[in-house]
Amino acid sequence: MSDEPNKGLLSPLRRKLLMGMAALPAITMLPKASFAQAPATSAVNTTGLAVTDTEVTVGILHSATGTMAISETGSIEAEKLAIEQINAMGGVLGRKIKFIQEDGASDWPTFAEKAKKLLVNDKVAAIMGCWTSASRKAVLPVVEQYNGMLYYPTFYEGLEQSKNVIYTGQEATQQILAGLNWIAKEKGAKSFFFVGSDYIWPRTSNKIARKHVENVLKGKVVGEEYYPLGNTQFNSVINKIKLTKPDVIFTDVVGGSNVAFYKQLKAAGIDLSKQALLTISVTEDEIDGIGGENIAGAYACMKYFQSLDNPNNKTFVPAFKKMWGEKTVIGDVTQAAYLGPWLWKLTVEKAGSFDVDKIAAASPGVEFKGAPEGYVRIHENHHLWSKTRVGRAKLDGQFELIFETADLVEPDPFPKGYQ
Amino acid sequence: MTDNRFVNRSELIGILVLAVFLVVVLPLTLDVFRLNLVAKYLTYAFVALGLVICWGYGGILSLGQGVFFGLGGYCMAMFLKLEASSPENTKIQSTPGIPDFMDWNQITSLPYFWQPFHSLTFTIAAIILVPGIFALIIGTAMFKRRVGGTYFAIITQAVAAILTILIVGQQGYTGGINGMTDLRTLKGWDIRPDHAKVLLYFFEVGCLFVCIMIAQFIRHSKLGRILVAMREKEDRVRFSGYSVANFKIFAFCIAAVFAAIGGAMFALQVGFMSPSFVGIVPSIEMVIYTAVGGRLSILGAVYGTLLVNFAKTSLSETFPELWLFGLGGLFIAVVLAFPNGLAGIWGDYVQPRIDRLIPSRKPKPEGWTDSSVADGAPAE
Repeated sequence: MSDEPNKGLLSPLRRKLLMGMAALPAITMLPKASFAQAPATSAVNTTGLAVTDTEVTVGILHSATGTMAISETGSIEAEKLAIEQINAMGGVLGRKIKFIQEDGASDWPTFAEKAKKLLVNDKVAAIMGCWTSASRKAVLPVVEQYNGMLYYPTFYEGLEQSKNVIYTGQEATQQILAGLNWIAKEKGAKSFFFVGSDYIWPRTSNKIARKHVENVLKGKVVGEEYYPLGNTQFNSVINKIKLTKPDVIFTDVVGGSNVAFYKQLKAAGIDLSKQALLTISVTEDEIDGIGGENIAGAYACMKYFQSLDNPNNKTFVPAFKKMWGEKTVIGDVTQAAYLGPWLWKLTVEKAGSFDVDKIAAASPGVEFKGAPEGYVRIHENHHLWSKTRVGRAKLDGQFELIFETADLVEPDPFPKGYQ
Repeated sequence: MTDNRFVNRSELIGILVLAVFLVVVLPLTLDVFRLNLVAKYLTYAFVALGLVICWGYGGILSLGQGVFFGLGGYCMAMFLKLEASSPENTKIQSTPGIPDFMDWNQITSLPYFWQPFHSLTFTIAAIILVPGIFALIIGTAMFKRRVGGTYFAIITQAVAAILTILIVGQQGYTGGINGMTDLRTLKGWDIRPDHAKVLLYFFEVGCLFVCIMIAQFIRHSKLGRILVAMREKEDRVRFSGYSVANFKIFAFCIAAVFAAIGGAMFALQVGFMSPSFVGIVPSIEMVIYTAVGGRLSILGAVYGTLLVNFAKTSLSETFPELWLFGLGGLFIAVVLAFPNGLAGIWGDYVQPRIDRLIPSRKPKPEGWTDSSVADGAPAE
């Protein structure tokens, strides 16, 4: 491991300055009121949340242990970075953010238990957390029952909308459709082969992709296969791919299975520079495990890549590396997790209150110009307007941006004609 | 061996102490959130109790108790889920009136095997019978062929793995890896508010004591002695004319039913059920509760479950990134230093002092305090 992060820690002033600078783009959009005298606690907190005259407590709820830790660590790091930056700028309504971190331990009931603990015992003003759909489904009844506010970072299957959740990742139609359109146009693709892990997100995503391929692109799905989470034997599906010779392999295999899948693809002689492959589940984090040489040439379709060339991202990436080490990579979900505390702060300031009901009501229309992915805005349905981008994996594990939608794509968690 | 009552004096005291602890002390000292956590832990105590009979006394190590916990839990969850999926609650779905996960998986009508779970009576019967019969089938298939010991343990693990894959794979019918979430009411009675949780807690403690009494009865009956004899020297029991297989099947079925009751309680208490309780890892965890409590002690199983889960919760709250090491250390320490668990500590160090203070009327009967029983190697 590089000694860079230690050096950073030895120089707190430099680090603080850098944090502050990374947050500069966001300053432009702050309401003037936030620099004024902090309003009285009784006025901004009428429901007994953990808000004092100087501090406000939020919860961070991800898996720090277990199989999901490898994916969720990035989210934890991004949320901590955002909180530190917000505090360096003076906090929220004049109050510093204090966080309580809980470990969901890759176990869905534990997520529910800890969410309840954060809301009932610690009275946190908001929770930044969850990653897998299963953990969100477990936590959802809890945040609804105890009226909490959850900022959920992962791209997910849609079919959900809650007053108590802000979805900072993309829902399935937002993520997939533009990517399919692009590859159909660019590669003249007509036949698709779907490979996914066997749970709700890949199944729903593939359902949407199938409808789009068949009804809109007038193409054909020549195969659709699912494997259990953690599966490492993909030989049979790779044989089928070789037999059917699809124009595009469309994959939503998740987690550690990816490593086996791409290595076996390569070993079977499928060259991703010739065979088009579009994935919606591989971010820079996964490539860390897969190895750039095994996946170079594949296309990924999501909203953020670490290599994005915009001023916000150019301050965000160094700030992240400063805090967590030069070798860390930043994937789509990590960036979405970074948006959580910021969107919450902006919403609190818009509402002028920490009350969950007021935040839920004030959320639609909240915009964040400092997002590393570029400008984002919260939709009426509590999802984000965001661009869809296609990147091509390079040998060094980074993506090269190939295509992005001209405008923000509207989130549509209950898509008509795709259900 | 002369005592035919199913509870002797020291055991009665132990049960009363546990009753006071669970019924009076905990509800008075804990807030509703923590009490609900205890209720969740106690659902595992049912499993641990079953393992005391099956493993501690019968010497049958089952590493697949999560299967029965899951079956009981899923039966309960299916009933609750159907009630939560009334047409009014689910009107945004393409097919209202069926559970949400079915709608997500393009299922348009309720599958036939879900239909009977509209009835609470059927559900309660199913919670007992489905795991009971399943255990009977596995038990018959294994024990009649004289499969035992480690082979049996491995097969139970395989069953746990198979059931998990089945549940995850058939997500249209089972909710897949997400499980069944957002369970709301029991016969119109909202199970989510605090007062309902407290009531459910007391109901659960009541059920637990019924199971403890059944376990006590088995242990002190002739049946219990045959189980111990079987564990110590199976062949001699067989040559004496007993059908070893039938006794084993019985012990295994009892453990399965206890686990299922725990699972059903879990679905009520926590408000959801998922395959993460069915697999190999949770099943082994349940064996650990029993081992920490002392596998020969009925009450030890309850204390062991509470202790391990308390440690798990408090360690993970205090050290969210390091807690697993702490928990691992705790297990290693218990197994190395106190192979008979909490009950062993009690029997070796505390009980003798109490006995010296209060002279007993009768010589102490056999039980977990008896080192000749405790020193056996039941897993073999």
